[in-house]
Amino acid sequence: MTTSTQTITRRHISEITPTRKLVMGIIELVIGILIFFLFAANLAPELMTTFNMTPGGISVGTMADWVLPSRLTLIIIAVLCTGIGVFQLVRGFGRATNGLVGLCGLLFVMSFLIWQASGKSLNLSGMLSSAVLLAVPITLAAFSGILAERSGTINIAIEGMMLMSCMFAALVGSLTNSAVIGLLGGVLSAVALAMLHAVLCIKYKINQTVSGTVINIFSAGMTAFISQKFLQKYQNLNAPPMFTRIPVPLLSRIPFIGPIIFNQNLFVYLMLVILVVLQLALFSTRWGLRLRSVGEHPKAADTLGIDVIRTRYIGMLLSGIVAGIAGAFFTLGSVGRFDEGMTAGKGFIGLAAMIFGNWYPIGALGAGLLFGFADAIGSKLSLLGSSIPPQFMGMAPYLITMIVLAGFIGKGQAPAAEGQAYEKE
Amino acid sequence: MSEAQTEKKDLGQAILKEIIPPPEEEAHKKSFWKSISIPALAILTGLLIGALMIAATSSTVWAAFGESIWKGFGTAFKEIGTAYQALFTGALGDPVRIVRALGSGDAKEIRSALNPILESLVQSTPYIFTGLAVAVGFRSGLFNIGVEGQLFIGAAAATYVGYSITGLPAFIHMPLALLAGALGGAFWAFIPGYLKAKTGGHEVINTIMMNWIAFRLTEWLLSGPMSRPGSGGMPLSPLIQKSAEIPQFFQAPIRFHLGFIIALAVAWLINWVLFKTTWGLNLRTVGTNPRAAKYAGLSTTKSIITAMLISGALAGTAGAVQILAVNRSMALGLSSGYGFDSIALALIGNNTPLGVILASLLFGTLRNGATRMMVVSAIPIDIVDVIQAIILMFVAAPAIIRAIYHLKKPKKEETTIFVSGWGGK
Repeated sequence: MTTSTQTITRRHISEITPTRKLVMGIIELVIGILIFFLFAANLAPELMTTFNMTPGGISVGTMADWVLPSRLTLIIIAVLCTGIGVFQLVRGFGRATNGLVGLCGLLFVMSFLIWQASGKSLNLSGMLSSAVLLAVPITLAAFSGILAERSGTINIAIEGMMLMSCMFAALVGSLTNSAVIGLLGGVLSAVALAMLHAVLCIKYKINQTVSGTVINIFSAGMTAFISQKFLQKYQNLNAPPMFTRIPVPLLSRIPFIGPIIFNQNLFVYLMLVILVVLQLALFSTRWGLRLRSVGEHPKAADTLGIDVIRTRYIGMLLSGIVAGIAGAFFTLGSVGRFDEGMTAGKGFIGLAAMIFGNWYPIGALGAGLLFGFADAIGSKLSLLGSSIPPQFMGMAPYLITMIVLAGFIGKGQAPAAEGQAYEKE
Repeated sequence: MSEAQTEKKDLGQAILKEIIPPPEEEAHKKSFWKSISIPALAILTGLLIGALMIAATSSTVWAAFGESIWKGFGTAFKEIGTAYQALFTGALGDPVRIVRALGSGDAKEIRSALNPILESLVQSTPYIFTGLAVAVGFRSGLFNIGVEGQLFIGAAAATYVGYSITGLPAFIHMPLALLAGALGGAFWAFIPGYLKAKTGGHEVINTIMMNWIAFRLTEWLLSGPMSRPGSGGMPLSPLIQKSAEIPQFFQAPIRFHLGFIIALAVAWLINWVLFKTTWGLNLRTVGTNPRAAKYAGLSTTKSIITAMLISGALAGTAGAVQILAVNRSMALGLSSGYGFDSIALALIGNNTPLGVILASLLFGTLRNGATRMMVVSAIPIDIVDVIQAIILMFVAAPAIIRAIYHLKKPKKEETTIFVSGWGGK
C-alpha cells in the first residue's frame, strides 16, 4: 500500500541532551533538599500521619489505613530524592531520566501531604478518587484538542464548546428528566459550535485562534443570557438528573485501585473508553494515519488522494463530540446544576494537557490526572485547616500548566501543518 | 568592516521595503468607504441577530404567535422596539428630555439629562486602553488574551499606591498611582512574554493561565493584606486617598473623568509609536513577517518582550484608571470582561488606534445602553457579548458579509493577523 511507505518523523521526548541531564539532576537535588528543610526539619519526631485508604461511603475494595511516622518518612524520601539527583549528575539515567524526574515530583507532593497531615489523618484514596473525577473534563478536553489538531485545526474553542454543552446538558436533561438525553443535547450543542469553527477555519480560512475566540465569547454570552433569562427564573429547568456511581463488577473489589477507578460515574468510564479507542484509531488504523497525515503534510496527503478538507471536517466533528461530553460532565456528572462560567478555564488547561502529553492520548491522560490531582489537593487542604491560603492552592493547576508549557519537563512537537488553512491548488 | 555592516543594513532595508505595504494613508483615502463598509454591515447584522434573540426569548411574543401570526410579528416588533429604544436612550439620552432640560436652564435637570451620553464615554474609557493593549499585541504577532489579568494586577497596584501613601500632593500622587498600575500590568504581561520569547511557550495559553492566577491573587490580596478594616472578610480594599483620585469634571450623577482624555492621548501616542517610529516599524515587521524580520537582523526576542510590556502596561492602566476615577476602591467585580471584549474591539478596529477608539465608543455605548435595556425589558446584559461575538465573526470572515449583502470581492487581499501555532514557530 502507498500509505505504508510514508513515514512521519517526530521528535521524541526521550532524547536526553547533556544540558537536560544536568538540569534534571539539579532539579532532583533541589527537590530532595527542599523536602528536608521545608517539611522534615520543623516537625516533632513523634508526630504520625494517617492516610485513610478507602473513600468515604464505599464498602467494597476496602483497605486498612496507613499510619506513617511523619518525620522519619520525610527524611527517607529526602535522602532518596537527593540520591537520585546525585546519580543523575554523575552517571545519568539515560532514557529513564524523565520518569525519575516525574517520580521525584510525585515524592515531593507526597512529602507535602505527609507534612500537612502530620498529627492528623487525610483520606488519601478519597483525594485520589476526586482527582480522577476532576481529571475527566481536562483529559476529555485534551482528547478533543488532539482530534482537532492531529487533523490540522487549532481548536482554542474547546472552552466555549464545553460551556455551551454544560448548559444545554442541564437544560435538556431537566426538560426530559433523563441524564442520557441531556448528555446528547449537550453534545449536539458542542457539535454545532465545532461545525461553526470548522466552517470558519476550513472554508473561510480565518485565523483559527480568532475563530476560537469568537466561539468562546459567543458561548460565554449566550450561556449567561439563557441562564439569566430562563434557568435562574424557573429553577426546575436547572435540575437535571445526574449520572450516578456505577461500580464495575469484580474490578471495583480490587483494594485501593477499585474504589478510585472502577467505582465512579459514567464519565470516568467514557474517558477510559475514548482513551483506548482514540489511541488505537490514531496509531493503528489506516483512518488514523490519514488523519495524522492531513495534520502533518496536507499537500502530500492530497497527492495520495486523501480528501484533506473532508478529513479536517471529520476531525473537528469528533473534537466537538468529545468536548461536548467534557462539558456535560460538569452538570450531569459533578454538580447537577448549571452556573455561569462553570467550566472555569478547564478547556484551556485541557489544551495544556494536550501539549504536555505531546499530542498523544495516553500522555494527555497522564497530564490530565496530574492537573486533577493538583485540583484535588487544593480542595482537600482547605478542609485540613492548612495555613496556606486556599487561593494559593487554587493557583497550582495554572502554575503547573505554565511550567509544563515552558518546556521544563521536555518539549513536544505539534503537528506540522496545524493552524494553516489548506488551499487546494 | 563598516562596509560589510552598511551592506547588511541595505539588504535589511531592501527586504523591509519588499514586505511592508505602502503607507496606509494613501490606501485609506482611496477606499475609506470600502474599508468601513464591512465593519458597519457587521455591526448592523449583529444588532439584527440580537433583535431576533430578543424576540425569540420573549414569552409574550410566543404567546402572541399562539393567537395569530400577524399578532405575533406585531408583538415581536413592539418588543424589539421597546428594548432597542431603551438601549438607545440609555446610551445616548432621551433627546426630548435633553431639549426640555436645556430650555428650562435647571442645572440639575441638565446634568441628569446629559448623563447617559457622558456615562457612555465613561464606559468606553477602559475599552480604549484594553483594545489598544490587544491591538499592540496583534501588531507584533502576539495574541494577548491576558489583558483581563493584567488589568486586575494593574488595578491592585494602583489601589495599593492610592491608599497606602499619604501626604503627597495630588499632582504627584495621582500620576504615581497610575504609573504603579501600568507597571503592575506590564509585569504581569512580561512573564508570558518572556516565556514566549525564551522557551516558545505559547502566549495564548500562558496569558489565560496568568488571568486565573491574577484572579486568585487579587482575591487573596483583597481579603488578606489589602482588605479594608471592618469589611468582615469581604474582598474589598480601603478607599484611595483624595490625592490619588483622577478628577471627575462634573457633579453627580455625571462620572465623566479625566481618564477619558488620558485614554485619547495614549491612543495618539501609541499611533505615533507604531506608525511613525523605527521602533514601531520593527514591532510590526516582526508581527507581519517574522522570517523577513529575522533576515533583516531584527531581534524577535526583544520585540516580543517589548510588545508584551507595552500591551500589559496599557491593560494595567485600564484597571488603574477605573479604580482611581470611578470605583475609588477595589472589589472583585472590577471588570465585566474588558479583557475578552477587547479582542473583539481590536479586530473590529483593524488594530489601528483610531479604529480601536471608534470600536470602544461603540461597545461602551452598547454596554451602557444595555444596562437600561435590562431594567426596562428584563433582557440580560450578556446579550452584548453575543452581539459582540457575532460582529467579530463577521469582521474576521468578511466573505460571509459579502455573501449576505452581495458585495463585490476586493481586488487586493485583505491583510490578516498572524498568530502562530503552539510549537512557537
